[in-house]
Amino acid sequence: MSTFWIAVIGSSALAFVIKFVGASVPETFLSNPRILRINTFIPVALLTALIAVNTFADKTKLVLDHRALGIAAAVTLLIAKAPFPVVVLGAALTSALAYRYI
Amino acid sequence: MSVKRDSFSVSITVGAYGSAFGAAAVAADFSVLQACLLSLLLFSGASQFAVVGVIAAGGTPINAIATSTLLGTRNGLYGLRLAPLLKLRGWKRVLAAQITIDESIGVALAQKDEAQMRKGFWYTGFGVFIFWNLFTLAGALGAQSIGDPSAWGLDAAVPAAFLGLLWPRLSDRKSWVLAGFAILLALSLTPFVPAGVPIISCTALAIIIGWRK
Repeated sequence: MSTFWIAVIGSSALAFVIKFVGASVPETFLSNPRILRINTFIPVALLTALIAVNTFADKTKLVLDHRALGIAAAVTLLIAKAPFPVVVLGAALTSALAYRYI
Repeated sequence: MSVKRDSFSVSITVGAYGSAFGAAAVAADFSVLQACLLSLLLFSGASQFAVVGVIAAGGTPINAIATSTLLGTRNGLYGLRLAPLLKLRGWKRVLAAQITIDESIGVALAQKDEAQMRKGFWYTGFGVFIFWNLFTLAGALGAQSIGDPSAWGLDAAVPAAFLGLLWPRLSDRKSWVLAGFAILLALSLTPFVPAGVPIISCTALAIIIGWRK
């Protein structure tokens, strides 16, 4: 089975297990305040790492390329309170222009 | 009336984001079918982007699954919170579980009484599900019909989509500090460990920051 299929099926199956278990178990250790705090921080840590790696890494090399300008545009648009689709389009457009002309 | 309007506006706005996912998945060499299956079966934006983001960064499938699953743990906690409100059994519980995501819980918790909360959950859950999947297909087909993803900025659309998901979570000082350290850790590990590992390593930072109040 290819890398892609393993990733698709494995992640989908586990995502459902988590959703279903949450809807089925009684509130136990999961409602411990420490677990709840860590749980709110996990998305912050992982999303930030994903942004950093998808912007500044090419496999295991660190690079500074057109994507950095795209992300800079996204940050600017978010500060200006632009809606999300505009943020993504703005980043893509900026990065595409940088890729073509720089 | 207003719960319907809230649900619809959230569904269409968030659903449209699905086109960015479909395009990003295809740009990372997933097939159109695989992109659509992720939206149908996984159905949780951040986790879906994580699968694509880790694979695009050169990570292994196990790493992609682990990162995506850690991002999905909050859906389990949402379910815990919803269960006493929905009181479901059998196949209805299965359906409710599948549409337990940020948006359905967000709209539900914004309502005043329990009947409205239940409506908000179902309307928003199904609404996002329908639009998210339609837009995923559109985005995937669109990306498939173009050539070099970099020429269309799709390689920057992935981190920008993550940033859009992250931004509302940066609500306090601790989150900003955590984000700063996550950038430093992920990038400093990148040259030395296999791709994908720097991302999941940042879970340790979340545990350290969340350990004490």
